[in-house]
Amino acid sequence: MSTQQYTVVGTRPIRHDGVDKVTGRAQYGADFQMAGLLYGYVLRSPHAHARIKRIDTSKAEKFPGVKAIITAADFPPTAERLVDLGEGDTPLSYARGNVLAGGKALYRGHAIAAVAANSVHVAEEAANLIEVDYEVLPAVLTAPEAMQDGASILHEELKTKEFGEQTGRVSNVSEHFRHTMGDIAAGFAEADVVIEREFNTATVHQGYVEPQNATALWNSDGRILVWCSTQGAFVVRDVTACLLDVPVSHVRVTPMEIGGGFGGKIPVYIEPVAALLSKKTGKPVKIVMSRKDVFEGTGPTPGSHMKVKIGARKDGRITAAQAYLAYEAGAYPGAMVGPGAMCVFAAYDIPNVVIDGFDVVVNKPSTAAYRAPGATNAAFATETVVDEIAEKLGIDPLDLRLKNAAKEGTRRADGPKYRRVGCIEVLEAMKNHPHYNAPLGGPNRGRGVAIGFWFNIGLPSSCNISVTADGTVNLVEGSTDIGGTRTSIAMQAAEVLGIPAEDVRPTVVDTDSIGFTAVTGGSRTTFATGWAAYEAAQDVVRQMKERAAKLWETDAAPVTLERGVFRAGEKSMTFQELAAKIEQTGGPVVGRGAVNPKGAGGSFSGNIVDVEVDPETGKVSILRFTAFQDVGKAIHPSYVEGQMQGGSAQGIGWALNEEYYMSRDGAMMNSSLLDYRMPTALDLPMIDTHIVEVPNPGHPFGVRGVGEANIVPPPGAIANAIHRAAGVRMRRLPMNPPAIMEAIWRQRD
Amino acid sequence: MPAKVRVQTTINGEQIEFLCEPRQSLLECLRDVLGLTGTKEGCNDGNCGACTVMLDDRVVTSCLVLGVEAEGAQITTIEGIAKGSELHPLQRSFLENAALQCGICTPGFIVAAKALLDHEPNPTEDQIRLWLANNLCRCTGYDKIVHAVQQAAAYSREVRA
Repeated sequence: MSTQQYTVVGTRPIRHDGVDKVTGRAQYGADFQMAGLLYGYVLRSPHAHARIKRIDTSKAEKFPGVKAIITAADFPPTAERLVDLGEGDTPLSYARGNVLAGGKALYRGHAIAAVAANSVHVAEEAANLIEVDYEVLPAVLTAPEAMQDGASILHEELKTKEFGEQTGRVSNVSEHFRHTMGDIAAGFAEADVVIEREFNTATVHQGYVEPQNATALWNSDGRILVWCSTQGAFVVRDVTACLLDVPVSHVRVTPMEIGGGFGGKIPVYIEPVAALLSKKTGKPVKIVMSRKDVFEGTGPTPGSHMKVKIGARKDGRITAAQAYLAYEAGAYPGAMVGPGAMCVFAAYDIPNVVIDGFDVVVNKPSTAAYRAPGATNAAFATETVVDEIAEKLGIDPLDLRLKNAAKEGTRRADGPKYRRVGCIEVLEAMKNHPHYNAPLGGPNRGRGVAIGFWFNIGLPSSCNISVTADGTVNLVEGSTDIGGTRTSIAMQAAEVLGIPAEDVRPTVVDTDSIGFTAVTGGSRTTFATGWAAYEAAQDVVRQMKERAAKLWETDAAPVTLERGVFRAGEKSMTFQELAAKIEQTGGPVVGRGAVNPKGAGGSFSGNIVDVEVDPETGKVSILRFTAFQDVGKAIHPSYVEGQMQGGSAQGIGWALNEEYYMSRDGAMMNSSLLDYRMPTALDLPMIDTHIVEVPNPGHPFGVRGVGEANIVPPPGAIANAIHRAAGVRMRRLPMNPPAIMEAIWRQRD
Repeated sequence: MPAKVRVQTTINGEQIEFLCEPRQSLLECLRDVLGLTGTKEGCNDGNCGACTVMLDDRVVTSCLVLGVEAEGAQITTIEGIAKGSELHPLQRSFLENAALQCGICTPGFIVAAKALLDHEPNPTEDQIRLWLANNLCRCTGYDKIVHAVQQAAAYSREVRA
């Protein structure tokens, strides 16, 4: 456990951008204004699968106030190559096709054309005058359906890759991969109990409250300037440059404040569209999505069809585990089934494992990351099967998990061997928590537990720190601040410099003004950009020591810095006093930090949840919820708790209510925040948090990253609680009242 | 293009006159006509609460009010909650309790919570959750928001005592 004593790390300062965010002054993407602004509107496909035979824009062009109209034909012709979308590569034609459909519309909501006009209302009216001839094709909406022989094919050129080899077979399965470890048949033969279950989970959306937005100006000097809300300004820069066939240095992206993302604001949708409209008009163009566009036109996270089979001996030791994971990629390949397969059994030390993953395209929006993408679906399956095994063997579900918990040296079936991890510590914290043995206090109530894992990522980050004569420092970095990371990054610099967090002024800057920084995603920002800040601060310290040595006419080596005081022998000077003298000792002090860390440490999480199931209506109420997570080291505990609470709330929504409710022909029937029901304040209890700190050996302060693992256990924990409350095993998400009633009635029959 | 209508209203204590199209919502007028972008758009159909403002004594989602309905009204937006440079107790307690992450829903929550505290200075947890049920927050799970409102109520009690 964490024992190191810090001055700033682990405290709870007020966030640096706080005042602007509670007074309405903070500028989010949609707040951006500039002279001569035009407004864009995107026309979207009303069909889930259709060939686009003709687009006639002539009527729309004549509509008063319209300045320009574009379609996919306005993209420059570019040769096929791979594009890095921030969390993986994809062929350019797919990236471009999702921004504006070429030959086919592949989902309802797929962008077809865009209009720029002098008001958003004019642009919308004009867009509705665009005539599109569609040849409607049969739609496939789920993985099992899309995998059938004779299923309607989305991409005629897409051939299945199997075990890394091209098969040459055209199908909706983009890839089938397999991870194996040990001898699966021998493992199951050794088991006293084997349980195999089948699961289905619905497509769900990240549900950020701020819709996507972008303003672009294609300037007369050839530079494209973009202002938008994104998780990765450099991804927007690179993808925009790639699709518009200009050098990356011609694009400057200014990340505005961002109203949530959770993975959904990594992909690029409207920035290249706004840029093309700007090129045609010579004016800046702003596009803001409607909520319906957000649901129908941006990437939700995959629905899935899964089978999980686990075998254990009477003593509770798991001997073998097998998973079949078919995830819906949506319109283009890339279903997050890779990370799902990495996480499905990641919390356990199991000798014999086989995991099959299928990436399946369907006629729904192209999916995106959502907080530990792929892991929540998989853990729902694993954690409910593990619970059944514990029940069958008469072993306490936490004891069974402890007996099989992943630990240092455990190898996952996909390859990696764990360094120091906190799975056991999380389980022990759960077992020792008063919640675990508290009385339930009423009928129709039950308590469930589950655990989860997310591996977290590293990737490049950059940070510069300039010393100001008054003893404060200015810190600039390239990570969009979604949840308080300006502060968690600044605190790591402050710790090194020995100054208060308030004396570090962090700013998130545009892509011209800082070195490459990867997305705010993968729980990496406090880990990797924090590490860049640590390095930049170390660089400042080195230079400041030289300045002190110069003043004191001694060698740099013996100067020390402790708690903000430089010392050499008898001489001492505070950081502030020395900062006042930087002008006379050689001029500005600027520290640089640029990292590409490999030491991301996986994070384990767990939930104890109490529910009450109304046997008449099937409504599930969450009575009590406690979230546990190994965070390595909590830099700012309040915002760490906030991540745990927020991930829990999203997991609860995913478990109980949220789904893309699709018509047979592929229309989303609930594309509003009234009908796509996310938890409100009235639906949730207080969410208690228990921070576990097993320092990550791969980070200077032991940080693991905290953003994602917390969403993984809730559906499994809630399903297990429902079983104890109502006697039914739920095997699909969401576990909404109709699903619960159906299960209860089936059991009565 | 429809003719514009002249609207005279009071926003955050200031008498204001603006021109708007009859089809423009109050939200659009605040943001695009008057530059008061602290009021946010999350759904434009009354379901997320990010655009919450006070219209006379009512809490409203400004996306469901027409700009022309502001005629003669008293409107309070997030920009009018602080007294000059002095933050309102709710603004302080939101900061101290880390009751915001991305911050997009925060203006709406603060306006709605202020309406609650003006109506009921000592709200129970259930009352807080009920009054804030029209405001969606996807980041926090509401725990720290509820605590922040409880603390702001305590601050206000101290001031009165």
